[in-house]
Amino acid sequence: MLPQHLRTLAGLGAGVSAEVTLEVGAPVTMRTVLDALEARFPMLRGTIREYGTGQRRAFLRFFACEEDWSHEGMDKELPGAVAEGREPLLIIGAIAGG
Amino acid sequence: MSKVRVLVGTKKGAFILSADGKRDKWEVSGPFFAGWEIYHVKGSAVDPNRLYASQSSGWFGQMIQRSDDGGTTWAPVGNKFAYEGVPGTHQWYDGTAHPWEFKRVWHLEPGLSDADTVYAGVEDAALFKSADAGATWEELAGLRGHGSGPHWQPGAGGMCLHTIILDPSNAERMYIAISAAGAFRTDDGGKAWKPINKGLVSNTIPDPTAEVGHCVHHVAMHKARPDVLYMQKHWDIMRSDNAGDNWHEVSGNLPTDFGFVIDVHAHEPETLYVVPIKSDSEHFVPDGKLRVYRSRTGGNEWEALTKGLPQKDCYVNVLRDAMAVDSLDECGVYFGTSGGQVYASADAGDNWTPIVRDLPAVLSVEVQTLA
Repeated sequence: MLPQHLRTLAGLGAGVSAEVTLEVGAPVTMRTVLDALEARFPMLRGTIREYGTGQRRAFLRFFACEEDWSHEGMDKELPGAVAEGREPLLIIGAIAGG
Repeated sequence: MSKVRVLVGTKKGAFILSADGKRDKWEVSGPFFAGWEIYHVKGSAVDPNRLYASQSSGWFGQMIQRSDDGGTTWAPVGNKFAYEGVPGTHQWYDGTAHPWEFKRVWHLEPGLSDADTVYAGVEDAALFKSADAGATWEELAGLRGHGSGPHWQPGAGGMCLHTIILDPSNAERMYIAISAAGAFRTDDGGKAWKPINKGLVSNTIPDPTAEVGHCVHHVAMHKARPDVLYMQKHWDIMRSDNAGDNWHEVSGNLPTDFGFVIDVHAHEPETLYVVPIKSDSEHFVPDGKLRVYRSRTGGNEWEALTKGLPQKDCYVNVLRDAMAVDSLDECGVYFGTSGGQVYASADAGDNWTPIVRDLPAVLSVEVQTLA
């Protein structure tokens, strides 16, 4: 699931579901999911992961199966329920700013 | 009949304000990129329908948007701004070494002879160039590699390269300005750069006449006289008659010489505009009065322009890229405020009217004069 601004940027349109379905081969990790997302939506490159370091941008968080995956390694395998498409991987913008 | 198109960047999106040559009835379109900070929008002089916009966010980073139809539709282009080589360090606010980190694009300057060429001034300060309409970006690393980079320090708004001026008479010459490093010039298309800060005096830095370290807020040039430059420094209005090699102060009778914007009349190279701001600790106009000051003598002698502008209880700021002039026979002048107003004068500043009053805080204003 993507924040509204990234859905708009990706051309998904206002009011559409926040959910994007991706085909990702094993292993299903944050890195392989984001690689697949950026391959499908190249305009999202640099918006979730910093160019250069490849690290999560500071004001974004990742959640899977009600657990915070923000500080897990990019290459750690995501829960099976996410890999199998039964549960979403959430990319959430911090509630901050003006 | 001629038309004008005013391109407005705000803290929460971009807006396009359009009118015919009379400039009395305006259409407002937008917000474009709603919710994002739009530091700058500028059109190409080669192809006026080619617009570039800098779109950024603390959450999602930097985007560059391009329009090929005058702002009706937009598409994201390249947003990878990678410093050449090992970026190294500059000074942090406390004087310690701090790694160079890309944060955002402050200013986009389309090329004068090719609509696909565009320059980007970024924070942390560096200059990038795209030759493919924004698809890819390459740093002109000679600027940061000039040797003084480790001594550059951020101003309060960050260490930004905010001003890019292309010399219309010499394709190899370009000026840039950085807060707080100063002004620089290249005479070989961006390979080598020299600081051009002789004559600047900044009493807030350890060496007030240092070669670099000055908080230059903005620089303006008239295209017919590219060797004459005007500068709004943190404090002081400065003028150079030799392409920045030497500067002298022309603040004259201004009520305060702190400010951000400075611009030049489209047809009168000695007519300048500034908006004095009370001080570096009180970023609003003095005495609750919004006054544009005009000099018709290239500086030193200034007159307040107030007709149509609020003269009581006004406490707005006008940021460095938030003033522009059109090139109609009777020069139009435009500026935007931190309160979300965009004011226009169709008679070189004698009379002002608000085009819009309630936009988000205005970050930048550019204008296109269309046939």
